[in-house]
Amino acid sequence: MSAVLQKLIGQPYKHGFVTAIETDVAPKGLNKNTIRMISAKKNEPEWLLDFRLKSYQAWLKMEEPKWPNVHYPKIDFQAISYYAAPKQKAKLKSMDEVDPELLRTFEKLGVPLHERMALAGVAVDVIFDSVSVATTYKDKLAEVGVIFCSMSEAVLDHPELVQKYLGTVVPTGDNYYAALNSAVFTDGSFCFIPKGVKCPMDLSTYFRINTEESGQFERTLIIAEEGASVSYLEGCTAPAFSTNQLHAAVVELVALDNADIKYSTVQNWYAGDENGVGGIYNFVTKRGLAKGVNSRISWTQVETGSAITWKYPSVVLRGDHSVGEFYSVAVTNHRQQADTGTKMIHIGKNTRSTIVSKGISAGRSNNSYRGLVRIAPTAAGARNYSQCDSMLIGDQAGANTFPYLQVRNHTAKVEHEASTSKIGEDQLFYFAQRGIGAEAAVSMIINGFCKDVFQQLPMEFAVEATKLLGFKLEGSVG
Amino acid sequence: MIYQDSKTLLEVHGLRASVKGVEILKGLDFTVKSGEVHAIMGPNGSGKSTFAKVLAGHTDYEVTAGSARFEGKNLFDLLPEERARAGVFLAFQYPIEIPGVANSQFLRLTYNTMQAQRGHEELDPLEFDDFVREKMKLLEMSPDFLGRSVNEGFSGGEKKRNEILQMALLDPRLAILDETDSGLDIDALRIVSQGVNQLANKENAIVLVTHYQRLLNYIVPDFVHVMEAGRIVKTGDKSLALELEKRGYDWVAAERLAAAVAA
Repeated sequence: MSAVLQKLIGQPYKHGFVTAIETDVAPKGLNKNTIRMISAKKNEPEWLLDFRLKSYQAWLKMEEPKWPNVHYPKIDFQAISYYAAPKQKAKLKSMDEVDPELLRTFEKLGVPLHERMALAGVAVDVIFDSVSVATTYKDKLAEVGVIFCSMSEAVLDHPELVQKYLGTVVPTGDNYYAALNSAVFTDGSFCFIPKGVKCPMDLSTYFRINTEESGQFERTLIIAEEGASVSYLEGCTAPAFSTNQLHAAVVELVALDNADIKYSTVQNWYAGDENGVGGIYNFVTKRGLAKGVNSRISWTQVETGSAITWKYPSVVLRGDHSVGEFYSVAVTNHRQQADTGTKMIHIGKNTRSTIVSKGISAGRSNNSYRGLVRIAPTAAGARNYSQCDSMLIGDQAGANTFPYLQVRNHTAKVEHEASTSKIGEDQLFYFAQRGIGAEAAVSMIINGFCKDVFQQLPMEFAVEATKLLGFKLEGSVG
Repeated sequence: MIYQDSKTLLEVHGLRASVKGVEILKGLDFTVKSGEVHAIMGPNGSGKSTFAKVLAGHTDYEVTAGSARFEGKNLFDLLPEERARAGVFLAFQYPIEIPGVANSQFLRLTYNTMQAQRGHEELDPLEFDDFVREKMKLLEMSPDFLGRSVNEGFSGGEKKRNEILQMALLDPRLAILDETDSGLDIDALRIVSQGVNQLANKENAIVLVTHYQRLLNYIVPDFVHVMEAGRIVKTGDKSLALELEKRGYDWVAAERLAAAVAA
């Protein structure tokens, strides 16, 4: 039986190919000159170079976090290349100038770069290794005042906005990997939704690591002004290398009064092979600041890839009546390790947060939920509801739940529920006895288990997420 | 009921099976023809439930000898799901809970799987809803059951009704009811039994595995078998069940012993 389950869960990684393209790769190693080089390549203003150098100084004094429930050999930060970019013309005038090899790569990955061919009408920013190679629908979005471009362009074209918000949610010295990112980040997406604008289409960034022994350090900044709203989607894949690549991103979200940001991720980085060789180290800091009254920030994530995941998309609920949400499905198999969850920091009055976390562990993987709910003394009437469910497949996988509750206001109400279940032989036998084979049975059980999270995803993403789990949906939608 | 023109559905010969190296079934013979209702009784640990699970193909049990033919096919060549699709149904003694999977979804998937197998039309969710609600009336089940997760939080009696509901949906050729009466109060026993009786016909057969004669007041068997130490040691009609109720199982063993000595 478990062989059947293993086959179902352990489907081969479909995105593990490497694109043969001429790449400009910086020499390995990290020092002040590396940072100056990155800044110079991007023609950055002086203040940003200062930001980087300060972060670097902070990073040098910090230590890698030891508290996550993950184990890996020490990373040699001098053995990583901090910049890799496909060689192309300085500035592209249209999509036709994009290297056809790149277009083919993204076509293969199912990311529509030709606007005319894009059915869903989703605007896409595409990050290949260290740089953004294309952003679609920019002009159409500009008509309503929405800025959607690569971080590099934003630094040059909208420096006042970037300077105003960069590092305000995740300060440079926030944690080891955030500091590293602040020093060496190369590109990422920038979204600005002005006052009162409801973004007319979903915005999406697709990340692709292509170069072996390079790290990807992207920086994403999304700002929704008063009354604005946006739905943002993030997807990621990488080739299958036998070495580990480091991905240390920082994502900052800012929601002003009555603004609404919905951030959805389907993370499918290469997870390494069944013996745990290769795969991405995904050490990411994601945080949203619900700054204004009645603002709302919602994270939805489906985490299937990476050798190691260390990631806690969080919301700081500063505005009164603001809302934070975290919906997560984390799937681990083989030797994968995940330590993921969220932080909900309640500061404003009557703030509300919801956490729904579903962990599925198979093979010899280890899957931990780690979540903090902090109610500050100022957060009168705050509410939190947390639900953490774990599912084990087979008998060699591990699941852990580490909830931290810090309540400093007696009018607050905090609820935490947790459960652990197992897909057992007896469940599969029950299905079989009703004529239903193991594949359909597991699909039905997993989809049932993840239902609360999947229904938060935008339609196309929900479909992709279901496929990603390697299960067919046939017969179970009903 | 025994019919003159009945066909043999199940033929088991010399069946031996073990679990984790311990032999439970020790040369069992058993034949069922269409239209018949059989009751298998016997003390705890005699192998009744093991026999039911072996027929359904539970992977914990290893068949070490003997044969089982179902409508001419070698049952042991078929995977559990293939046996189910061929028309072998097991109503579980302890139906397992499947959290997160709506009963309606599960019932429709199993129903449509069987329909597809038989070359019949599958039902969409709306059509199925009408269909299943009719079947539920038979068992006096509330429509609430459809929205709940499969067996999750069901009482013992509700789980058993849900099993018989599935039997009604799947229309099996051979239904094995493993202690369906255990944990049922008098009303539930009556309702479940009525449901089973309505489903019994000339084409199918029912095997009741039970401890108690009580069930047999409601579902009247054509044959009563006594199982002991992994074999069927005595077969009679419904009066045998009454005798067992009165005298217990020990006399059966004593009788066999006496017969063996005489021979």
